[in-house]
Amino acid sequence: MMQFLPTDEQTAFAEAIDEIVTANGGADVVQAWAAGDKAAGLALWEQFSELGLGGLRVAEEDGGLGASAVDLAIVFERLGYHGVPGPYIESLAFLPAVVSDEVRAEICGGAMATATYAPFVPYALDADVASLRFAVDGSGVTPADAGDAISSMAKTRTLFPLSGSGTTTAVSAEALDRGFAEAALATAAMLVGAGERLLDEAVEYAKIREQFGKPVGEYQALKHHLANVRVALSFARPLMLRAALDIDSPNRDRDVSAAKVSAADAATLAAKLSLQVHGAIGYTAEHHVGRWVTLVPALVQSWGSTSFHRDRVAAAILNQGA
Amino acid sequence: MNLDFTPEQEAFAAEARAWLAENVPTERLASMDTAEGFEQHREWERTLASGNWSVVSWPAEYGGREVGITEWVIFEEEYYRSGAPTRVAQNGISLLAPIVFEHGTPEQKAKYLPLMSNGTEIWAQAWSEPGAGSDLAAIRATATRDDARGGWLLNGQKIWSSRAVWADRGFGLFRSDPEAQRHRGLTYFLFPMDAPGITVRAIEQLDGSTGFAEVFFDDVFVPDEDVLGAPGDGWNVAMSTAGNERGLSLRAPGRFLAPVDRLIDLWDERGESEPSARDAVVDSWIGAEAYKLFTWQTVSRLLQGGDVGAEGSINKVFWSELDIHIHETALRLLGPEAELIGDGAPVGGKWAEDYLFALAGPIYAGTNEIQRNIIAERILGLPRGDRRKA
Repeated sequence: MMQFLPTDEQTAFAEAIDEIVTANGGADVVQAWAAGDKAAGLALWEQFSELGLGGLRVAEEDGGLGASAVDLAIVFERLGYHGVPGPYIESLAFLPAVVSDEVRAEICGGAMATATYAPFVPYALDADVASLRFAVDGSGVTPADAGDAISSMAKTRTLFPLSGSGTTTAVSAEALDRGFAEAALATAAMLVGAGERLLDEAVEYAKIREQFGKPVGEYQALKHHLANVRVALSFARPLMLRAALDIDSPNRDRDVSAAKVSAADAATLAAKLSLQVHGAIGYTAEHHVGRWVTLVPALVQSWGSTSFHRDRVAAAILNQGA
Repeated sequence: MNLDFTPEQEAFAAEARAWLAENVPTERLASMDTAEGFEQHREWERTLASGNWSVVSWPAEYGGREVGITEWVIFEEEYYRSGAPTRVAQNGISLLAPIVFEHGTPEQKAKYLPLMSNGTEIWAQAWSEPGAGSDLAAIRATATRDDARGGWLLNGQKIWSSRAVWADRGFGLFRSDPEAQRHRGLTYFLFPMDAPGITVRAIEQLDGSTGFAEVFFDDVFVPDEDVLGAPGDGWNVAMSTAGNERGLSLRAPGRFLAPVDRLIDLWDERGESEPSARDAVVDSWIGAEAYKLFTWQTVSRLLQGGDVGAEGSINKVFWSELDIHIHETALRLLGPEAELIGDGAPVGGKWAEDYLFALAGPIYAGTNEIQRNIIAERILGLPRGDRRKA
């Protein structure tokens, strides 16, 4: 029977992630990583590994959790909500679909892995702290060394060019497409989560910040901005969940792309309007809302831009000129 | 979590599809806001009822099939996909009937529901007044007690009353206690549109039709048996319909999936002349899919015993803006032919007519500004403030 809501188990798993992040300091973890202190973020990675996240999409007989793509989406929505730094998309969503059994077992055991995937992901996220690095393209997966760090506008993201330093293992196009779909779905989910966080931050701030003798949240101009964000996010999430349900269906690429487009647009609106509601304080490095404001445009362009994904939807639904 | 339907639900969809394919008129009916078109649409309601498809979710004794909400959404999707006519009975079956089921006496149910479901009695709504639009609680039309005859006398003016020009019966709120403020002291009345003392003046709309009207009440007598719910409790009684109108019942996903299917056909036919409209076509499809999936999420919550509540406002803002986006995109693809209506126009001017209808979406059923206030205050928890302070 049709039941298009997360199960109690899925909700409980999402709450477990929330609790771990909160117990470790919440936004302080993000702010510390942005300032160059990665200890708390790496500790968080270890705790998530103990929860089994490294094997989220690895079959139970191979030592993983054997979780579904819906579970993946729900987990990444929470990771986006908390802005958790680290190469989670690469390790948990992309690489498990394309690497060898041995590498998959290492990631499953908690190893941090990162990757490039030409041409969508030209730089590897956090290659300085990852113990495994792979340059992936149509020819296969190549162990790689990291070049010099490049900064991102999102201070929680440090990017590295990779150069192959080992033997390339060929990977089927099917496995690459699967890995890309899982990574794009995870990115869409992170964007939905980041959007929800930006909305929550703006709502809380609008309740306490006073101007002209009353909370700014009483002004309709501001209420309507935030209502528009609520509407956009509420309609992005069901597309993300349907894409997860369709991960093994012929509609996979169409639905993942629709989810990424919708999540990107909703999160972009959330980022702009959340910053607007915060005003000048949101524009400071001191206030943590900026971590999400800058994370969103980075994720929007990662794992396929909005134009790329819109093109894929067009190709699936239009006969002419797609 | 799944989006899978049972074999019984699949069979129900197939049965509806087959019946609609057999029975939907091949010729487009005249506008239901003309005398001729109104009767054509009433005839279509009779046809629907003859196949037991007019009110699928209702109890069998009133003409329904007693199916659940999942089947209702499935039916609506098939209905719109089939290109079937707009429902002239909608005010009654979508807005009034849920209240009659909840608040009506057994006599009222027996008196009104069967005739409503088979097209014999078409209902008009009489909510708004010249001074009470989005601020519905500002209603001033009065109901005064007539103990001698055992009922009430209605006086005042209603406006923007949908279907009032040709409808058989009407429903609306009147102030029965002049001392009570705003939401208190209102009573919900049902009345025949040809009752002595009622004068209807048609209002020509933006699209030239007369889909709504002004209704003047001059000592219109309504017996106690035609009061819906308790006297003085009209606001609470009426709000169950507002929730319905904004939420699920007015706009099933098929309402948007079907025009998006047609929009994609239009793109395939004419996209070459307006290639920059392609992303708008794609976004229309994504929006209609999102709306469908959001609806299944709402249905899932209702099946678990939840309710729609203020989420209906999120829904209303989204569908009304999606509807305009879909039709604006069609106009782009039609180019200089977009403005044409009637004979000689592409598909008889359907895109232009539906565009004008879509433009009303953000206004009726509570303007989108009111909906955004509801979202901000009741869902996001932003402070309401004292809006009425001078």
